Amino acid sequence: MGILEVKNVNKRFGGLQALKDVNLSIMENTVHAIIGPNGAGKSTLLNVLVGKLIPDTGSVSFQGKSVLGCKPYEINQMGISRVFQTPEIYGDLSVLENVLIPCFAHRDGAFRLHALETVEHETGMIEMAEKMLLDVNMQDKKDMHAASLSRGDKRRLEMAMCLVQEPKLLLLDEPTAGMARADTNNTIDLLKEIKAKRDITMAIIEHDMHVVFSLAERITVLAQGTPLVEDTPENIKGNPKVREAYLGTAEV
Amino acid sequence: MLGLNKRDTKFLIIVILLTLFTPFLMQPFSENSALAQFNGGYPDLMAKVAIFGIFAMGFNILFGLTGYLSFGHAAFLGVGSYAAVWMFKLLTLNVFPAIILAVILSAVFSLLIGYISLRRSGIYFSILTLAMAEMSYRLAYSVLTPLTNGETGLQVRPNDPRILDSATSANYPNLFGLELSSSYKWDVLNHVFTFNVGYYFCAVIAIIAFYISMRIFRSPFGLMLRAVKTNQQRMNYTGLNPRPYTLAAFVISGMYAGLAGGLLAAMDPLAGAERMQWTASGEVVIMTILGGAGTLLGPVLGAGSIKYLENIFSKINENVLHDWFSFLPTGLQDAVVWVLSRFTGEGWALTLGLLFMLVVTFLPGGLVEGGQRLVRLFRRRGKPDGGDDPQHHPDPAPHVAE
Amino acid sequence: MDQIILQFINGLDKGSAYALIALGLTLIFGTLGVVNFAHGALFMLGAFCAVTLQRIFTLSAETIDPTQKDFLGNPLVVKTPYVELWFGPDMGASVIHWSVPLAILFAIPIMLVIGYAMERGLIKHFYKRPHADQILVTFGLAIVLQEIIKQFFGANPIPTSAPPVFAGSFDFGVLLGFDANTIIYPYWRMIYFLFSTVIIAAVFAFLRFTTFGMVVRAGMADRETVGLLGIDIDKRFTIMFALAAVVAGLAGVMYAPINSPNYHMGMDFLVLSFVVVVVGGMGSLPGAILAGYLLGVLESFASMNAVKEILPGIDQIVLYLTAIIILLVRPRGLMGKRGVMED
Repeated sequence: MGILEVKNVNKRFGGLQALKDVNLSIMENTVHAIIGPNGAGKSTLLNVLVGKLIPDTGSVSFQGKSVLGCKPYEINQMGISRVFQTPEIYGDLSVLENVLIPCFAHRDGAFRLHALETVEHETGMIEMAEKMLLDVNMQDKKDMHAASLSRGDKRRLEMAMCLVQEPKLLLLDEPTAGMARADTNNTIDLLKEIKAKRDITMAIIEHDMHVVFSLAERITVLAQGTPLVEDTPENIKGNPKVREAYLGTAEV
Repeated sequence: MLGLNKRDTKFLIIVILLTLFTPFLMQPFSENSALAQFNGGYPDLMAKVAIFGIFAMGFNILFGLTGYLSFGHAAFLGVGSYAAVWMFKLLTLNVFPAIILAVILSAVFSLLIGYISLRRSGIYFSILTLAMAEMSYRLAYSVLTPLTNGETGLQVRPNDPRILDSATSANYPNLFGLELSSSYKWDVLNHVFTFNVGYYFCAVIAIIAFYISMRIFRSPFGLMLRAVKTNQQRMNYTGLNPRPYTLAAFVISGMYAGLAGGLLAAMDPLAGAERMQWTASGEVVIMTILGGAGTLLGPVLGAGSIKYLENIFSKINENVLHDWFSFLPTGLQDAVVWVLSRFTGEGWALTLGLLFMLVVTFLPGGLVEGGQRLVRLFRRRGKPDGGDDPQHHPDPAPHVAE
Repeated sequence: MDQIILQFINGLDKGSAYALIALGLTLIFGTLGVVNFAHGALFMLGAFCAVTLQRIFTLSAETIDPTQKDFLGNPLVVKTPYVELWFGPDMGASVIHWSVPLAILFAIPIMLVIGYAMERGLIKHFYKRPHADQILVTFGLAIVLQEIIKQFFGANPIPTSAPPVFAGSFDFGVLLGFDANTIIYPYWRMIYFLFSTVIIAAVFAFLRFTTFGMVVRAGMADRETVGLLGIDIDKRFTIMFALAAVVAGLAGVMYAPINSPNYHMGMDFLVLSFVVVVVGGMGSLPGAILAGYLLGVLESFASMNAVKEILPGIDQIVLYLTAIIILLVRPRGLMGKRGVMED
């Protein structure tokens, strides 16, 4: 039984069958990559997982509890964090404040009227946030305006914001899209480091095979809205069906 | 002190001192001098500054922190005024019950309006609040006449029941017998300083309101509100529900507006529907932005300068201008006076509109940003190699700067 | 039945004004993406174009008539408008009487210039800024414009009359087989309704059948791509802004005889026209027109005594209530594009 179970999920947009009988099981403490050519339904699947879309049929359960119909913030409170394709951070706030917000969310839940407490007095929270920033090597940038960070640092910051909540499952939506090679490698190292330090399950949706094969322990290949194969990276590499899905039937 | 750090404590003390000494500060010119007309130290104006300061502070908690631009906040001010006058009529002329009811009623009212309006954001939110406020205004004028007394406005009358007041007691809003209108005049060195009970009452409440708004700005809740402004998507995926945070901010700012409305009624026990009109909502928007939205002091500064300038400018009529420019040859004098009189006296609103446009265009941070820029310029001149102390001004958080 | 018809046609003239203002607002929002709180002020300026022209025509030369005495016994001062001196009394008088329709010609260049200056001088600096800033700066501009008008024309409404030919009312009742005087409708309001349909048709024809309009429509749909095609879309949008200003101005000119213009009529209409735009669907031109007439008629029905007895005060709030309900249940409005503001 995986930490995240997707069973018989179908999703249709008008005439387009975006997801077709998707079954997926992500095991605890693994790095599971979901790959596939453009239009394979990767983003739709991700949006179903985070509660942004509701599938037509099927079920999605996290640690045995259904997430269908839950709001994104409820799903996050269950222990699923999400990293976006372009980093979503609080641009107007300082780096430290960016990390403090998920700390409060983790401790206080989706809403709390803590209007007469003082951020400065929350030493426990601040320590936690600073430790997290140390973990991603950003402690010296904690007073900077988040919007003025470089793209790589924004990505780091976003990861820090997700990780500080100690999620059980981290969803990464093309974490290296549009990055230069060096940045991509840094991100890979960062993710490896994160994985080494804590018990966490990661699901990565990715185009870049370099990233996928550097990180993933299991890979699901999605084609035309339906999973084609699920296997270890070694087996996927040689699988003719995968090659066919990506490149068509022509011999390479 | 009071849960504030050193810097904020110092800041609060300065604000308290400024407020308490306003009767001196706004009366800088001696009675006989030509500049006496620039004195603003009379109770009515000072109290208005305090009251509209409260109104703008509240509006700022919503707009400055969350970025939701409400164009209907005057409705809550109106509700507060009506509630207070009803308290004066039915219960007692003591101001406390009136103000408490004003705050409670405006909280309920803003909860209702906020719950509906906050289902949309951006200009849709602005238009929803505008429509709601305009609706309240129209209803107050028409079918709600039994409650609001329509066009005449709600007033305190001698034959009101006032069940808690004995027949002989005061006939003006009071603080346990001390009438708000009573004042003490101190005539010294050609200056007349007026110390008015009503002003000091408003001032004390304004200080408390300022303190609370400061606490909110520094609280985790305030941090969340700034998060709402910056990135609601990220908030959702961080496990936070933005809606109740925004609603809470809306209700708090509605309560501030109700408090201001109650105080307005306490200073002058009359409530009219025109207080709820959307242009009145526009006024608080202007005050907040002119002073500096999202900053603590900005809204108060904006309210103060607008109310003061309004008062002074409206007094400058053509005769005064002719007096000033009497040194010019007649033709030129007439021309100068003609031009200037477009902007003074009756033309004050024109000046305000222009000022507001200039601020929105060139100084989005308002007077506070202007002040900060000046200070920076000044410091750079003083200390050639960038004197700005990085420890003291960690660039990152322009929205909570003083 | 006659009451219903009466209310229906009564709603049309106000609806025409709503539709025209909302049309301009939507043009500006759709093309430039700007929320223009000064649009009501443009309507007001149009109305004051009519007032100004009437004043110009009635500028008079003063002559002394020694044969007549005024009530103080002095020789009577006779004022004769210059136009009567120049064109003769008959022609001159009719020029004055027709000053409102003639003001259309007068208003077009003025509104074009004002619209052009406004876009180049102010609005263009706000394309990249948030909607809130656009609202604020145009709100400031609206205050400035109305204060300027107040300085020159005073605070009181200025009666402006339609040509006497249209002074009477038309009896629809007789035409439709009801009793006389049950459904009467002033001629000028009929003219206003017809005028608004002509303007609306002209704007639509312009957008549909000219190359210019085609480019603008393409730009409304996808500004970036049109820009990439090497078409200077900004210049066209400037012209669209000026055009929207003209539409608002003409709506104001012709409205002057219906409601005597005063300096704050723009603000009064502004809120309502935003309501109209929201109901019609932000960015949808047909939606704005439909909602304009619909709300005009709705308001008219709500003011019927029979309705007011059931729902007291409904006539005051019906438009706002409609807008609130629409925003909550169908935020894209009656005819708005799918996906716009549907979160």
